[in-house]
Amino acid sequence: MTETRIPKTQVEFQAGPESENGAGSEATAANVPPAISEVRRFLLSRGNSSLADGGFRWLMVICALSIFAIVVLIGTVLVRSSELTRAKFGFKFFFDQMWDPVNGNFGALPFIYGTLVTSLLALLIAVPLALGLAIFLTEMSPKFLRGPLAFITELLAAIPSIIYGLWAVFVLVPLMRDHVNPILIRFFGWTTLFSGDNLGLGFLTSGVILAVMILPIISSLTREVMTAVPHSQREAVLALGATRWEMIRVGVLRNARIGIVGSIILGLGRAFGETMAVTMVIGNTPEIHKSLLATGNTMASVIANEFSEAADDLHLSALIEIGLALFIVTIIINAIARLLVWAVTSGAPARVN
Amino acid sequence: MKKAGLLILVLMIFVGTVQAQKITGAGATFPYPMYSKWFSEYSAAHPGVEINYQSIGSGGGIRQVTAGTVDFGASDGPMTDEQIAQSKIKLIHIPTVMGADVPAYNIPGVQDVKFSPDVLADIFLGKITNWNDPRIAKDNAGVHFPDQKIIVIHRSDGSGTTYIWTDYLSKVSKEWANGPGKGTAVSWPTGIGGKGNEGVAGLVRLTPGALGYIELIYALQNKISYGSVKNPAGNFLLATTDGVTEAAASVKQMPDDFRVSITNAPGAKAYPISSFTWLLVPVKSQDPAKGKVIKDMLSWIIKSGESEATSLSYAPLPANVAEKVLKAVYALQ
Repeated sequence: MTETRIPKTQVEFQAGPESENGAGSEATAANVPPAISEVRRFLLSRGNSSLADGGFRWLMVICALSIFAIVVLIGTVLVRSSELTRAKFGFKFFFDQMWDPVNGNFGALPFIYGTLVTSLLALLIAVPLALGLAIFLTEMSPKFLRGPLAFITELLAAIPSIIYGLWAVFVLVPLMRDHVNPILIRFFGWTTLFSGDNLGLGFLTSGVILAVMILPIISSLTREVMTAVPHSQREAVLALGATRWEMIRVGVLRNARIGIVGSIILGLGRAFGETMAVTMVIGNTPEIHKSLLATGNTMASVIANEFSEAADDLHLSALIEIGLALFIVTIIINAIARLLVWAVTSGAPARVN
Repeated sequence: MKKAGLLILVLMIFVGTVQAQKITGAGATFPYPMYSKWFSEYSAAHPGVEINYQSIGSGGGIRQVTAGTVDFGASDGPMTDEQIAQSKIKLIHIPTVMGADVPAYNIPGVQDVKFSPDVLADIFLGKITNWNDPRIAKDNAGVHFPDQKIIVIHRSDGSGTTYIWTDYLSKVSKEWANGPGKGTAVSWPTGIGGKGNEGVAGLVRLTPGALGYIELIYALQNKISYGSVKNPAGNFLLATTDGVTEAAASVKQMPDDFRVSITNAPGAKAYPISSFTWLLVPVKSQDPAKGKVIKDMLSWIIKSGESEATSLSYAPLPANVAEKVLKAVYALQ
C-alpha cells in the first residue's frame, strides 16, 4: 500500500500548491485546514506514522540494549570460565606476583602493572602531540598542508598492529637502545626511573609504540570536535582583544574539552587492548620494575601468547581471569575518566553552541 | 524456473560433498607444514576424502580431541596421565616426525660455540651471567670470549619448542627440574621473551650477548647459525635431521603408547635436544567409516609419507620405531 502511495504524493508535492488534484489527495485535503503549510500537508498525506515511529523507536532501543547484552555475555563467560582460579586463589589473584604455569601458581599483578604503565606512558606522549597536531590543523595550518597532514594522520590509523610491532623491533628498539636510552640514563638516571640493563626493550619502548598507534585516533577525533566549535565563538574572543593562543584556549579548547577527553578515553582503550605490537617489544617477563627500561608484560599480550598452548585447565582458567582483570581495569579507568570530566565540567557547562 | 533448477544443482553438489569423507583435525603448529603436505597428497590420491587440519596449538588440539569435536588431534608434548584420565575418548599417541631445538647466540666476533648441558642449564637458571665465564671457556678451547653479559632469550608464547627445551634442561639439571620444570610455558628465572621462532631469532640477532633457543627447522630454513651441544655419549653435535632420527633410534625401551621423551638420548650420534610430535587418534572411532579412512591415512603416512620429511627439514622416524608405529596403526579399530 505505502509503496504505491509515496511516489504519487511526491509528484503532487513537487507540482506545487496550485495543482491539487490526484486521487490520493482528496481524502487528506478534506481534513486539512486551509492554513496548513505545504510540507505539513505532505507529511499528513502519508497517513498515520505513529506505527512506523514506534517501530523505529523499538529498533533503536534494541540496538542500544544489544550493547548491554554483549557486555553481559562477555562478562558471564569470563566469570564462568575462570571458576577454577577464582576458587583456588580468590581475590589474591589480582595482587599476587607469581606466574608459574608448571607448578600452577598464578597472579595477575605484573600484567595489570604492565598494562597500566605502558598505556599511561602512551597517553603522556600521545596526548600533547595529538592536541598540538589537531590545533595546528584546525587553527593555524595553511590550506595546502591541511589535506595531506590529515590524510597522513589517518593513514597511521590503518596500519595493522603487527606492522607496528615489526617496525618497533627492527627500527625503534635499536634507536632507543643506542640513542634515546643512554641520554635518559645520563640525565635522569638519578630518578631510578631509567636504570638497569639497557636492552632497548621494555615499558618505555612499548609506551612509545603505543603512543604512535593511538596518536591518529586522538588527533582525528579532537580535530573533528574542534572543527565543530562555531566560528562565532572564535570571533567573539578575538573581538575582545585576545591573542591567537588565548582565542584557542578560551574559545576552542574550553568548548571542545568534553569531546577531547572522550577521544583520549578511546585512545586509552586501544592502548589497553593492544596485543601484537606490545608483545614484540615489551620483553614478556611477568615482573614489576620501577625502571621504565626494564622488561615486563601486559594482560592482553600474556593472553595472546599463552592461550593456544595452555593445555592445563588451571592455566587456561588463569588466562581467562586475566581477561576478566582487563575487563574490570578498563571499567574502573573509564569510570575515573568520566568522574574527572564530570568534576571539571560541573559548574561551568561547556558552551557548544 | 531456471533459478530453481540451479538451486537443485547446487543442493546436489552440496549433498555430494557431504557424502564424501570429511575428516577434521586440530592441534600443533610445529608440524603443520608437514601435515598439510601429507594431507593434501593423500586427498589427491583418494578422491572423496577431505582432510581439514587446523593448526590451533597443542593445547587446543588436546582439548578438542578429548572433547570429541575433531576426529584427531596433534600435540608437540605427550598428554599427561591426568589429561588421559579426564578424556572422554580413549586415545593413542602416534609419533609422526621429529624436531629439535638449537641454541642460537649473538656474541660479537665469536662463532662455533660449544655448550655442555650443565652450562646451558646454569645460563638459563641465571647462574652463569657473562660470556667470559671460565666454564664456557672450558668447552671452547682456543675461542676468546668477550666480557659481555649474557641475555637469555626464550619464547614468550606457549610452545612445543619450549616444551622440548625445558624437558631437556629438566633432565640435565636437578635444579631446573625442581625449579621451573618442563612445560609449554614456564616461569623463567632470567631472560626476556620473544614471540615465536621469528621473535626469538630477531631478538638474538639484534641483542649483543644474546642466547636463545629456536626450532631446528626454522634455523635451517633461515640459515641461522647455531651452537653444538654435548650429548650423553660425550660428543659435541651440531643438530641435523640425521642426528634427531638417531636420537629416536637409540631409545632403548619404546613404550607401547609412544609417550616417550627422546631428549638426552644415549646414542653416540644422537642429538640430545630432540622430540617427537604426535597425532592423537581415537583407538575406536565413533564413526567406523571415518575410522577406516584415518587408519588407511596413518599407514600411508608411515609407509610413504615419512620419506618426504627431510625435504621440509623434519626428521623422519627411524626404521625400528616406524615398524612399531605401523603395528599400532593396524591395531586401530
